[in-house]
Amino acid sequence: MSSVANHEVAKSGSILSGPAEFREFPDWFRDQQRAAWQQFESLPQPTRKDQAWRFANVGLLDLGPFKISSPLSEDDRKNILKYSSGLDHYAARMIFGNDQLIERDVVSDDLKRRGVIFQPLERAIVEHADLFRKYFMSTEAALGSAKFAALHKALVSSGTFLFVPRGVEIEQPIEIFHWLRHDDVSIFPHLLLVTDELAKVTVIEHFRSCNRTAPGFACGVNDLIAGPGAKVTYVCAQNWASNVIALQMNSTTVDHDASAMSLNLHLGSRYSRFESLSRLIGEGGRSDLLAVAVAKHEQEFDARTLQDHVSPHTASDLLYKNALDDRARTIFGGLIRVEPHAHFADAYQKVRNLLLSDDAEANSMPGLEILADNVRCTHGATSGQIEEDQLFYLRSRGIPTKAAQRLLVTGFLDEVIQRLNHSAIATHLHRVIEEKFAA
Amino acid sequence: MKTDTTAIDIDRGKGDFFYPEAHVRDAGTGLSERTVRYISDVKEDPDWVREFRLRGLKTFLEKPLPTHWASKDLEAIDFAKIRYYLAPGTEPKRSWDEVPDDIKRTFERLGIPEQERKFLAGVEAQFDSEAVYSNIKKAVGEQGVIFVGSTEGLKHYPEIFRKWFGKVIPIADNKFSALNSAVFSGGSFIYVPPGVKVKHPLQAYFRINAENFGQFERTLIIADEGSEVTYMEGCTAPKFNTPTLHSAVVELIALKGAKIQYITVQNWASNVFNLVTKRGLAQENAEVKWIDCNIGSRLTMKYPSVIMKGRKARGEVLSIALANDGQHQDTGAKMIHAADETTSNIVSKSISIGKGRATYRGLVHVPKHLKHCKNNTECDALLINATSRTDTYPAITVRGTGNAVQHEASVSQVSAEQIFYMQQRGLTEAQAMSLSVNGFVNDLVRQFPMEYSVELKRLIELEMEGSVG
Repeated sequence: MSSVANHEVAKSGSILSGPAEFREFPDWFRDQQRAAWQQFESLPQPTRKDQAWRFANVGLLDLGPFKISSPLSEDDRKNILKYSSGLDHYAARMIFGNDQLIERDVVSDDLKRRGVIFQPLERAIVEHADLFRKYFMSTEAALGSAKFAALHKALVSSGTFLFVPRGVEIEQPIEIFHWLRHDDVSIFPHLLLVTDELAKVTVIEHFRSCNRTAPGFACGVNDLIAGPGAKVTYVCAQNWASNVIALQMNSTTVDHDASAMSLNLHLGSRYSRFESLSRLIGEGGRSDLLAVAVAKHEQEFDARTLQDHVSPHTASDLLYKNALDDRARTIFGGLIRVEPHAHFADAYQKVRNLLLSDDAEANSMPGLEILADNVRCTHGATSGQIEEDQLFYLRSRGIPTKAAQRLLVTGFLDEVIQRLNHSAIATHLHRVIEEKFAA
Repeated sequence: MKTDTTAIDIDRGKGDFFYPEAHVRDAGTGLSERTVRYISDVKEDPDWVREFRLRGLKTFLEKPLPTHWASKDLEAIDFAKIRYYLAPGTEPKRSWDEVPDDIKRTFERLGIPEQERKFLAGVEAQFDSEAVYSNIKKAVGEQGVIFVGSTEGLKHYPEIFRKWFGKVIPIADNKFSALNSAVFSGGSFIYVPPGVKVKHPLQAYFRINAENFGQFERTLIIADEGSEVTYMEGCTAPKFNTPTLHSAVVELIALKGAKIQYITVQNWASNVFNLVTKRGLAQENAEVKWIDCNIGSRLTMKYPSVIMKGRKARGEVLSIALANDGQHQDTGAKMIHAADETTSNIVSKSISIGKGRATYRGLVHVPKHLKHCKNNTECDALLINATSRTDTYPAITVRGTGNAVQHEASVSQVSAEQIFYMQQRGLTEAQAMSLSVNGFVNDLVRQFPMEYSVELKRLIELEMEGSVG
């Protein structure tokens, strides 16, 4: 039995007491949740000796104190709505607080008529059961967090379902907000995004806390399915409160000639682990994995990635950049895997760490597993600091040291954000990064 | 440099034979306290070594196999079926004339050439677990250099030996260093006095002969302040059907300003488990350089390390691995920076042929408050066939500002155009492939001592035979 399940503080209301009452879901889904709970209980708690958790501060994964989400007051709802500002223009929007849907701005009639489905998860489970069952958590969480993926599956109660049919291109991004309200609350955000052939969509998720110091636990899973020739862009702007423990497990499936791009921005939380698995299952598929992290104080950002080339003639490109200050730690554990027969894979992986203080620590584990021939795979990892002459140059132009440093860090990170090629999102991301520097 | 290549022709086929064993001292098969006590008795170990061995045994039995990260193939080792100690029952020989004839013939067939003997400063050849033959040229001896077997070193130079023995690689470092600590025999002990620069490389050949017999040599090299020494080891072994285990521990200590270069050409038979712990300690301004070539064995796990303990110390690992059918070369390097202005360099090249698997596993550690440390890591892998496999698993930890660490790796194959071009010029496909592979490792091989680079190129050619077409 796992140590978590044995935890003494497991009392009613704690997530460790399990899904006491299942919500009004169909029977098949409840059965799935029960099975997932058993799986969660039977899987062992990760230790540092597990390769998938190497360097991670697994001691922070004590889930005992966290409770099943609590209801929101009318004021809470109003406030959350008020502060849910992201992009100026969006195609549709969903806002969740403590896993409860607060507002939904639906897609335009035109998109609806063309078959776009944008629904809360609980409705999609009933109304689009076939699509849902086919894709919901269909890829195993292979990067170390199988236990927490099971926890998510057992306790997920809401989330977003987005289906973009064949040939439909949604111009403006779709926005999703997840808020943590109250101390010690836990949430299980989910996004199930399915694009059909030649569809095109951009989704941005904002993860935020109402109270900047409230502890909490977020355990999210995203299934992103890029159909043949589809173009999917996913952006995550993570800005949890400084005491939040966050786990996010994303899997992207890229069909033939499709392209998927993801960018994860990490600013908040005490410990945030982000697992990104990208499976290239069709010829001509391409996956871009991007991430930017600004780690300060005691923060620990733990990124694990897998670029899984299943099919021949596929391409992937990863660029992760971390700026570390104070006593912050970052971990990058990435793997490019070229499966047998996935010949002519073109894979790239690069992680760059910028250390801004003497106590910051960057761990990089860029890995390759090549089981095919005729591949081009390269990876690189660097760790360094701001160059003295660059700083000197800016200071000689009258810019104070602090501001010059900030400017150089912003420039360092900007390379990643520019890859998105989306000016509205880039502007938004720069704004939240600035806010973190200013704080 | 002009070389007569025929004199150093190493043909792996020639290592594929064995003479009847005539071991006087045999500890039997399996490992127990009795075995360890038996070894101590035969070797007349002092009490501290007896204790050291028993602690090694205890740690070995307690530690699990590292299969949570390493190959599951380790589980194929049956520790109960291995013979942990046997020796010809003779004291190390002083002159070549005293070496028994059949052993001489073994070396003859291995191709230790007359010419090389003249060139080399001393030859310490290990036949099974005891040094059968050891000889240091007068010149080296006069410089005060000690070059003896580890047993002899332990007996005659306890004041130097004990000070450093097991200090760089503690018993509990890993399961196999613990095993070695329990049953070690053979290996070299070298001490180079301050300021002495040993011109010629010191050389030792290792060889496994008795079936199911693990070889557990223990080498300790101490280069005193400002001295320089190069040590070379090369191995071949006859083929046996049951897995054989080779688990050595090599400790290098480079004191202030000293330089140690350690060169290995590993060409064990393809049923040997080669699980070796090698680590060097570099004091201020000192340099430890590992040159490591792995061509043979079933599974090699070897990650030469350097702990840079003094300011401006340098560490370097140059490594070449060649994995053919049924082989897994799990090699790499570890660089531990423990002082300011330390620099390290890792260059690793691997070639996977047929169903062979080459793995690079690396560790670079720069702890906090160090300034101006630099590491450069380059790993290149070459895949020859569609079934070949290569992996890269580096782990890099950097704390604080003022250090620069970079890691780069690439995986590629011989380009079709290159092969086409060479075929057009009249080479066969196999010849073209062999030439390309030699080109791939050439810039590394060039840094090796001449006779090793020639030997290595020949070995690569042999391995490449039949891999294409």
